[in-house]
Amino acid sequence: MAHYKMHLLVCGGTGCRASQSDKIVENLTAEIEKLGLENDAQVVTTGCFGFCEKGPIVKVVPDNTFYTQVKLEDCAEIVKEHVLKGRKVKRLLYEDPETKKHIEDSKHMGFYQKQLRIALRNCGFIDPENIDEYIAREGYAAIAKILEEMTPQEAIDVLKKSGLRGRGGGGFPTGLKWEFASKNMADQKYVVCNADEGDPGAFMDRSILEGDPHSVIEAMAICGYCIGATKGLVYIRAEYPLAIKRLQTALKQAREYGLLGEDIMGTGFGFEIELKFGAGAFVCGEETALIHSMEGNRGEPTVKPPFPAEKGYLGKPTNVNNVETLANIPVIFNKGASWFSSIGSEKSKGTKVFALAGKINNVGLIEVPMGITLREVIFEIGGGIKNGKKFKAVQTGGPSGGCLTEKHLDTPIDFDNLLAAGSMMGSGGMIVMDEDDCMVAMAKFYLEFTVEESCGKCAPCRVGNKRLHEILEKICAGKGTEDDLEYLQNLSKVIKDTALCGLGQTSPNPVLSTLEHFYDEYLAHVRERICIAGSCKALKLYTIIADKCTGCTACTRACPVGAITGEKRQPHVIDADKCIRCGACYDKCKFSAIHVQ
Amino acid sequence: MKKIKSLDDLRKMKRELEHGMNIREKSNSPESLVQIRVAMATCGIAAGARTVMNALIEKIEKEKVPAVVTQGGCMGYCYAEPTIEVKIPGKDPVVFGNVDEKVAAEIVDKYIKNGELIDGIIPTNYQTINEKK
Repeated sequence: MAHYKMHLLVCGGTGCRASQSDKIVENLTAEIEKLGLENDAQVVTTGCFGFCEKGPIVKVVPDNTFYTQVKLEDCAEIVKEHVLKGRKVKRLLYEDPETKKHIEDSKHMGFYQKQLRIALRNCGFIDPENIDEYIAREGYAAIAKILEEMTPQEAIDVLKKSGLRGRGGGGFPTGLKWEFASKNMADQKYVVCNADEGDPGAFMDRSILEGDPHSVIEAMAICGYCIGATKGLVYIRAEYPLAIKRLQTALKQAREYGLLGEDIMGTGFGFEIELKFGAGAFVCGEETALIHSMEGNRGEPTVKPPFPAEKGYLGKPTNVNNVETLANIPVIFNKGASWFSSIGSEKSKGTKVFALAGKINNVGLIEVPMGITLREVIFEIGGGIKNGKKFKAVQTGGPSGGCLTEKHLDTPIDFDNLLAAGSMMGSGGMIVMDEDDCMVAMAKFYLEFTVEESCGKCAPCRVGNKRLHEILEKICAGKGTEDDLEYLQNLSKVIKDTALCGLGQTSPNPVLSTLEHFYDEYLAHVRERICIAGSCKALKLYTIIADKCTGCTACTRACPVGAITGEKRQPHVIDADKCIRCGACYDKCKFSAIHVQ
Repeated sequence: MKKIKSLDDLRKMKRELEHGMNIREKSNSPESLVQIRVAMATCGIAAGARTVMNALIEKIEKEKVPAVVTQGGCMGYCYAEPTIEVKIPGKDPVVFGNVDEKVAAEIVDKYIKNGELIDGIIPTNYQTINEKK
């Protein structure tokens, strides 16, 4: 019998696989066999560890050694040194950016110290393609317990007591949602898992499906029992091939074990799950649009009511939950509602997964208790702003959210506080911006996204967002006026009030929140025609400092549009109207006589 | 693949499977566990450290001792190999020398379970660079 002394956990998420982590698994296994250590060490492909910035990751347990940016040629050294002789390979250990010391135990990494992993409990811990490892960690114990001891209503009550709220964006209480669906009578009902993750920069749902697909399957079966449905559907975008593959493998294994299908574990309860692929449209994350897309119709939303709980997929009562919400559910039943509700803030219980992106040192996926402050997330877990720049804002909630600024850094993060601050939780994308990012351009970027993703069904969203985008473009091009700012504000409010679905109702949020927090920047764009961050190219103003100019004519020759004139050995001048802001003169000048504003 | 036909089947299966995940579970809470480090440098391995390590892992699994066994490099006690370092939470680490399977079992039974010291302790009379003032 093998007595494994160590397990080598290799990240098999999309991020690390892109840098050949699947080959690392092969190499490690081959090296281990070469030294005859196959009974000592086991190589396991796991889901995402979250520390994507430094991938590919290889974690060795039980000593919690965290190797980062492992290359194929490092595998032999890891096996020879660490597995055989017990010496950690120092150069591959994570280096603390402040102390410059190698951290030997991942428990001491700032990135992990403040995290609490519930939805991600198995990501980076188990092999997602091996159902046995899920079962070993209490997998399918929740559904077993419920089928044995609880009526559907009792189970719903547990969920209500836990305080779990939907993690897809809106934050609606999950237990209440299930109760609505359970009370509507029909010959067939449906459980739908919304895996149409559309926020730019968010990838928590993908990581959960890639790293722990069984938790989602188990939760869907629990939901089926509670609301009285025997059929489940996972709506997943086709651009997540690895998540689809892992989910299919997991479904197959669950069926073979009799944990899905007819008569689950001899209890008489039956449940089956089918996959439905989406083409990757943002609006299909909205539940009515999602349902229409699954039915084979255009992915367009319809007015609620009727809610899906009354009339959903094929006209039957349907319960739609997001991936992360579902991943929380088995743990709630295993550990109890009061355990779950003891974590988090007053009205937002449990944890939330965030995808950190933008100008932050530790780009990656984190899970933290609700109520943690932005400061802790950005500066402690995220390791602060890249290249020592100054923090400016963070966009939460993706294109539907808003930006939070320095004054919000100490606000506890939960559903209600974010709303009060003019943003929203959304699915948990966090894009961090530094002093070099222009907030008008940022709002323009998000509007570009919503204009492209608008389904076109209602006029406020189809026409209104397009107009918003045009004005923002005008301002960034240095042609805006102060009237435009007022117009932006008014139009935003109209769109919010009149759009049909969540997409349109929230799409002006980036504009409104930047107007509120960064009005000065907008004013500078329209009044002085300058972009404080220096990012709007059209607003850069190139001038020549007469005292420094020697009249060497180097800039005149460099200028592609002939905007620079002047006599030899006399100070030159740039014609701002002709200037195309290419910067060629700036690069050529040897006397630092060109000033950029 | 066998079918799980009842809830008891699932529970039985979980108990059987748990074992394989122990190493990983333990890595989640190392500070609350007794940490046993076996010196596994060339001299240690030559003196039989691998057998000792296997024996320790087996005993700990079998008797469900709250301990985790890891391997370390050479500690410089080549005259006393195999050596193991045992750190009980809240106590200073203790190094035992000339450990064979029998001594290893004794260390678990007497020192780890009951806190009794046994022969073969190597006094640690060195400073590490971290401690040096």
